[in-house]
Amino acid sequence: MIRARGLCCGYAGREVLHGVDLRLERGEFAALLGPNGSGKTTLLLALAGLLPASAGSVELSGQNLNGLSARERARLVSCVPQSATPPPGFSVRELVRMGRFAHSNFFGGYGEQDEAACHTALAEARCLDLADRPAQELSGGEFQRVLLARALCQGRQALLLDEATSALDLARRVEAFDLLAAQNRQGSTVFAAVHDLNLAALYCPRLVFLKAGRIALDGPTHDVFTEPNLKGIYDTDIRVAPHPVTGAPQAHLVPGAGAGAFLHG
Amino acid sequence: MAAKAGTERKAGRAVCTAVAVVLALAFAVLISLVLACGLGSFPATPGETLRALLQAAGFAAGEPVDPSLAVVIVDIRLARVVLAGLTGAALAIAGAAFQGVLRNPLADAFTLGVSGGAAFGASLAILTGLAGEAALSGNAGALPACALAGALTALALVLGLSRAGGGPLSGLRRETLVLAGIVVSTFLSALISLLKSLDEESVTSIVFWIMGSFQGRGFEHAALAWPYMLAGAVIVFWRARELDVLALGETQARMLGLEAGRSRLWLLFGASLLSGAAVAISGVIGFVGLVVPHLIRLLLGAGHRTLLPASAFLGALLLIWSDVLARSVLPGGAELPVGVVTALIGGPFFCLLLARKSLGRGGAA
Repeated sequence: MIRARGLCCGYAGREVLHGVDLRLERGEFAALLGPNGSGKTTLLLALAGLLPASAGSVELSGQNLNGLSARERARLVSCVPQSATPPPGFSVRELVRMGRFAHSNFFGGYGEQDEAACHTALAEARCLDLADRPAQELSGGEFQRVLLARALCQGRQALLLDEATSALDLARRVEAFDLLAAQNRQGSTVFAAVHDLNLAALYCPRLVFLKAGRIALDGPTHDVFTEPNLKGIYDTDIRVAPHPVTGAPQAHLVPGAGAGAFLHG
Repeated sequence: MAAKAGTERKAGRAVCTAVAVVLALAFAVLISLVLACGLGSFPATPGETLRALLQAAGFAAGEPVDPSLAVVIVDIRLARVVLAGLTGAALAIAGAAFQGVLRNPLADAFTLGVSGGAAFGASLAILTGLAGEAALSGNAGALPACALAGALTALALVLGLSRAGGGPLSGLRRETLVLAGIVVSTFLSALISLLKSLDEESVTSIVFWIMGSFQGRGFEHAALAWPYMLAGAVIVFWRARELDVLALGETQARMLGLEAGRSRLWLLFGASLLSGAAVAISGVIGFVGLVVPHLIRLLLGAGHRTLLPASAFLGALLLIWSDVLARSVLPGGAELPVGVVTALIGGPFFCLLLARKSLGRGGAA
């Protein structure tokens, strides 16, 4: 579904990704992990075709990104951005409906199908009660749910999420990941940058770790989510123990094990 | 299912409100067209005015109107009223488009240097005589073309300047764009002053024209301007959805499938056609492009499919009635430039809006 070969990319002379090879099959549910500044957002933007590659290539459904129009691209992948401010003057429903932009007809009109997609997405992301409120009045967490709804409204073939649950409280976070897992079971390819290691390990069968612009680890969760691996990537002591309910590996921090940067640096 | 029906009903109600407001505004424009034709130094009752207009259109409508009054209504006032309506609509649509593209509620043809460019082009036309014998009456000659060329040149200059800051056009930074616009319009207004001091004879006509007025303008002016206005309006209305998506900012707009850079260029071009044509026939009329879309946004929200038509009608209304005021407040048939009237109404009104907004923010915080 999504394939990057030797992908290098960055901003105005500063290269962030140094040759990333990644292959996400249709129907995979993978998490993108890594320390701050490792290039997670950049990789997601490049996969979505929003940042040009300085070397290497990205393919969506077997087609090179460069050969796709913005609309074609947007019908293949939906994104949930990391941080966004709601635009003034639009209701939640209008905002979610904008997800249908790439599907709108010659005159920019939306049809029955678009309205239905909008309603379904609002319902799935539990935003129906927010639908007629001004987007600007929402809390950070509510707005993140609305952005998720917009991505679902846009399309479900491939979902790229950039820390899309960071502002959600615990219950909503579980709800959002349950929703993603359900989408995945129905065939969506989901690739989510997640800050919370345990959430990723709990839900995603595959984990991709970035470090300093390169893929450091990539594999099935049970194989890569180990103490030595995590210690190597995050430079701190981390213990791994199975989740009491599902048995998925979960990471636990050890106090006083930091590299001491804050104390001595 | 009940919940679904409930929210659908609510959404339906919002759409109905928007349609009702747009229709009401359109109706008000129609009524105003008739009423405004009857007002002025030779007043006519609304009934007489309507009859004169209908008879001129070839309908047998009641008893004939006094021929001299009919001439005033049909040949003089109707043209002015139509022109005022067209100009108001064009300025309001252009304002809404500029604000949408720049995501800045204070953006306007002025902020971008487009008005300044048009004014400079027109001043040059007046000075060089390209504008014809009398730029202010009758044959306007090359004036609109010069003003449009000025508007588009200023836009190109502003875009070029903001691009000089680095980055491709698709990554246009809004701040740089507004900054470049201010630089260009300041420079152009200095050039206009220079033109004025170069030629004493043209000073009055340039000054009067820049203040903005519909005095002495007729159907021939409307005929010169409407094709540009129509082209600009078609471009902007066609891309109303894109304006909505652009409100999310560059990255999200592209996520949703918009070629943001190209879309913005088209919208800026369309809005420049509209404001350039408006400046060409009526001079520089401020505040319409700023106040009208702002009001409509407060009333109906920022969705451009309703914002654009509603702004067009409200802009037409505002200028039609400002022109009526301009030609009737001074005693003895003297006229105020309509730009003065809109500024006098618009200035305090805008202050009120700003005060209300900041008060509202304070209350919410």
